[in-house]
Amino acid sequence: MDLLNAFVAFANFVLIPATAYGAQLALGALGVTLIYGILRFSNIAHGDTMAFGTMVTILVTWGLQGMGMDGIGPLPTALLALPVGIAACALWLLATDRVVYRFYRAQKAAPVILVIVSMGVMFVTNGVVRFVIGTDDQRFSDGERFIISARTFREMTGLEEGLAFRTSQGLTIVVAAVAVALLFWFLNRTRTGKSMRAFSDNEDLALLSGINPERVVMVAWLITAALATTAGVLYGLDKSFMPFTYFQLLLPIFAAAVVGGLGSPLGAIAGGFVIAFSEVTVTYAFRKVVSYLGPEEWSPDGLLQLLSTDYKFAVSFAILVIVLIYRPTGLFRGKAV
Amino acid sequence: MGEDRYEALRDDRGNKDRSIARPGGGTLASAGTETEARAVPGHAGEPMLIGDAMTGGYGRGADILTECTIAVDRGKISVIVGPNGAGKSTAMKAVFGMLDVRAGQVRLGGRDITRLTPQARVAAGMAFVPQTSNIFTSMTVEENLEMGAFLRRDDIGETMEQVYDLFPILREKRRQAAGELSGGQRQQVAVGRALMTRPTVLMLDEPTAGVSPIVMDELFDRIIEVARTGISILMVEQNARQALEIADTGYVLVQGRNAYTGTGAELLADPEVRRSFLGG
Repeated sequence: MDLLNAFVAFANFVLIPATAYGAQLALGALGVTLIYGILRFSNIAHGDTMAFGTMVTILVTWGLQGMGMDGIGPLPTALLALPVGIAACALWLLATDRVVYRFYRAQKAAPVILVIVSMGVMFVTNGVVRFVIGTDDQRFSDGERFIISARTFREMTGLEEGLAFRTSQGLTIVVAAVAVALLFWFLNRTRTGKSMRAFSDNEDLALLSGINPERVVMVAWLITAALATTAGVLYGLDKSFMPFTYFQLLLPIFAAAVVGGLGSPLGAIAGGFVIAFSEVTVTYAFRKVVSYLGPEEWSPDGLLQLLSTDYKFAVSFAILVIVLIYRPTGLFRGKAV
Repeated sequence: MGEDRYEALRDDRGNKDRSIARPGGGTLASAGTETEARAVPGHAGEPMLIGDAMTGGYGRGADILTECTIAVDRGKISVIVGPNGAGKSTAMKAVFGMLDVRAGQVRLGGRDITRLTPQARVAAGMAFVPQTSNIFTSMTVEENLEMGAFLRRDDIGETMEQVYDLFPILREKRRQAAGELSGGQRQQVAVGRALMTRPTVLMLDEPTAGVSPIVMDELFDRIIEVARTGISILMVEQNARQALEIADTGYVLVQGRNAYTGTGAELLADPEVRRSFLGG
């Protein structure tokens, strides 16, 4: 029995990756939940919004790399390009709002119509992204690859198991924490932030109080652009960028937002981690961890993997269905879909 | 949780009254000029606010009000009473611009405001407390008051202190979410929110609906106190007898028309009104 090695293996393959993935999902889900709270519809285009912002960031990163940059110290160059990506994404979102959503808002369209409309926006955004950057896998990370590599860890501790902590994972966790802190400060402490919560709470009363709906909507899109692009770039640095993958990310992100409670920022964060940990835990082969825990001859023959990684989306789906049946308002009492 | 679980399945977007913020027309940007209009002195003998011979209804529907007149003087209390479906709330909504007034006028301090949107009327010095969904449930009491003063750019601390002096319980609970308060306390938050704009006229749509008799008396006391500070009060009430007791002017509406008008005491003494509307 070797508890320490078992834990290190568990941390290396489940704890750290799931935490980073959870932070990425949480940032994505925050954008979804924000749009739901303010504009009252589930934004199907969110995955491709992330792709759009990330695409611009990648192009700028390549430009910087072409000029000879190779990371900002140990950090990736993409961090420098991120503000440009956010700005471009914000312009794109405001343009879609002006051209598409504003019309339906003026008609007081039902939320379900806006959902379908956002699907149209999704197809267009998706097309633009594929047209500009192509459908292939793109890598754009540079700088130091590891904070702690598996080999360094083994040499440091003398343990049999290695533990790798990549820069992208550390960066994801730090950036996500900062972004969330900023968002909560904004929503709870500033006049504009409070007016957004008021608008989300009771639209008519907000109008009676003199809150300008168009301004609230604009700020919501701007914040969504920042969150979506940041989430997309962190995911891309951690894994890689491919338009189709980002489209697929929509499912776990939605599951996270709904599990947490749509319209609840706190719920979106909790939901992100619930989904990430479920997905990674269910698809991880526990054989190694278990064999450390028991005597060698008890070591299992199988992989002890509940579900192949090919089916990881089934986890999000299953959680989504269970939550919608038994607790439609989510963990943090948001609004039901 | 049982039933409660499905409450959120319904659309709880606002107070289910689209007309509250009539779309189109009147931008909020004009708030500054509207506020200046407040200073315009009224005609001699003109009430602070008057809905003069209003005829109108919702959208393209039939007329609900017919030549209905509602007025309130500075610092006085006017109460609209009448049987169910008499158009009491409709009359108040007409004054606030939530339905089309097809004939007649609404004047505030002598200025014709018939064409202003509800939001523009708020900027002009009117405050409205809807009957339901009249607070931001997820926000704290203090944040509710802050949102009430959203149009103001000056220091709101003093007004907030006045509201807290008027409703001491709110000071105690100012960090608590408004949705967690009792029915009576929620009404206090709603009235407090409306007072934050420092209105000249406060309009209340059945402020005592669903609160206990003790709380009702207390609310009426507070409303009298508000009126004493010089704010005109126009309210619709189901509890006709108690409301007329504090009313300077009472309007009894029947089928959208003025049936009886007089001071509260006169109406209470009128045998006809007593028999028809006050249960003997």
